[in-house]
Amino acid sequence: MAHWLNVPLLLIMAGSGLQILVAYPMLGPKGRPYGWYPFQGVPPPEWARLGDWLAGARHWHFAFAWFLVLNGVAYVLYLALSGEWRRRLFLPRRDARNALSTLAYYLRLRGHAPAQGLYNGLQRLAYTGTLALGLLAVLSGLALYKPVQLGALTALLGGYDAARAVHLVVLALLALFTVGHIALVLLHPRSLAEMVSGGRKPDA
Amino acid sequence: MPRHRLPSLLTRRAALLGATGLTASACDSSRPREGFLGAMERLNARAQAALFDARRLAPELPPEETTPPGKFPEYFVSDTVPLMPAGWALQVGGMVARPGVLSLEALQRLPRTDLRIRHHCVEGWSAVASWHGVRMSELARYVGADARAGYVELRSFDAGYSSSWDRPSAFHPQTLLAYGMNGQPLTPGHGAPLRLYSGVKLGYKMVKYLTEVNFLPEPTGGYWEDRGYEWFAGV
Repeated sequence: MAHWLNVPLLLIMAGSGLQILVAYPMLGPKGRPYGWYPFQGVPPPEWARLGDWLAGARHWHFAFAWFLVLNGVAYVLYLALSGEWRRRLFLPRRDARNALSTLAYYLRLRGHAPAQGLYNGLQRLAYTGTLALGLLAVLSGLALYKPVQLGALTALLGGYDAARAVHLVVLALLALFTVGHIALVLLHPRSLAEMVSGGRKPDA
Repeated sequence: MPRHRLPSLLTRRAALLGATGLTASACDSSRPREGFLGAMERLNARAQAALFDARRLAPELPPEETTPPGKFPEYFVSDTVPLMPAGWALQVGGMVARPGVLSLEALQRLPRTDLRIRHHCVEGWSAVASWHGVRMSELARYVGADARAGYVELRSFDAGYSSSWDRPSAFHPQTLLAYGMNGQPLTPGHGAPLRLYSGVKLGYKMVKYLTEVNFLPEPTGGYWEDRGYEWFAGV
């Protein structure tokens, strides 16, 4: 439940965030736009937006941010308390070699998949990376929401405009992950049934 | 699939349908301060007020960070830039011991504060300028504002533009009635002769072209607030 609740919540946050971006579709302070950003002045497409206008989108964004954070906190608590983190999180010493071998196998550089349990090292890396992205999305969002009251956090991210760039880049990476993730699930429909139902306990 | 899974699936479906229905009926983008979105704004306002620390200052920035000339946006709601009416003076009223009218010269005789801090616009851009003027808290002391006046209302000659602030934000040491920008008197585009400037609110809360400051027991909304933008809008 908590897992796929992320999909509507992320869609709401992404859509309202992109509508907020329409009001100033540039990165960098006024008069000093960042040179590396290729879409300066290009508003995001209409189909990807939610909230109709700036005030509407901001209200959606700041209302549903709570639920995304609550869902994330509940999930991290579950990982910690159930001991699942041992199976799911990427622990470099344990998983780095397996992740590389799995990647080599996918790239046809290696003839057979390395031995694995329920999750291989590459899966654990993707999984842990997504958690880190989620955390970064929340932290950069807080830095933008309260650049003065949470000034230390904003400074840590390089200032208000840098935090805004981080927030947008994190969205792009999360969107890429989600699209890839859902595509893989659709290619393997049985995994979807297991995700919705909670699946079989592999140890049973 | 074990039988006990079925009820939990149904519950999920019911919860999802319920949530979708609730969202559709209570989240009206055209009226974001009502319904569920409005209730969440009130929750967020309480959270923001709780987070607000009157001693926490927006960082003072070096001159190099100043926004290049002509790039600091000049926003007003009138069709053309509002110009100071002849005989302008600031009217101060509400719950004060000494209500009255202050000329610009009278305001300039009060202690002056200078600051160079980042401006955060609701649209997402930021800009930097230095500002000078008199602290709102200084004006409040000068006119004897009542401790029970929990809100400050600001009115202007810009087509009825106004706002209202919570007392802690209005009395923050970086909240000024500013009469100068980047070492010069304010220009009409930036709110001449007198505007609010602050490190602790979004730009639309900083009323330009001021005509009135009233210390009141209740909040009185504002131009953008009445059109759907958040009332608290702290940064």
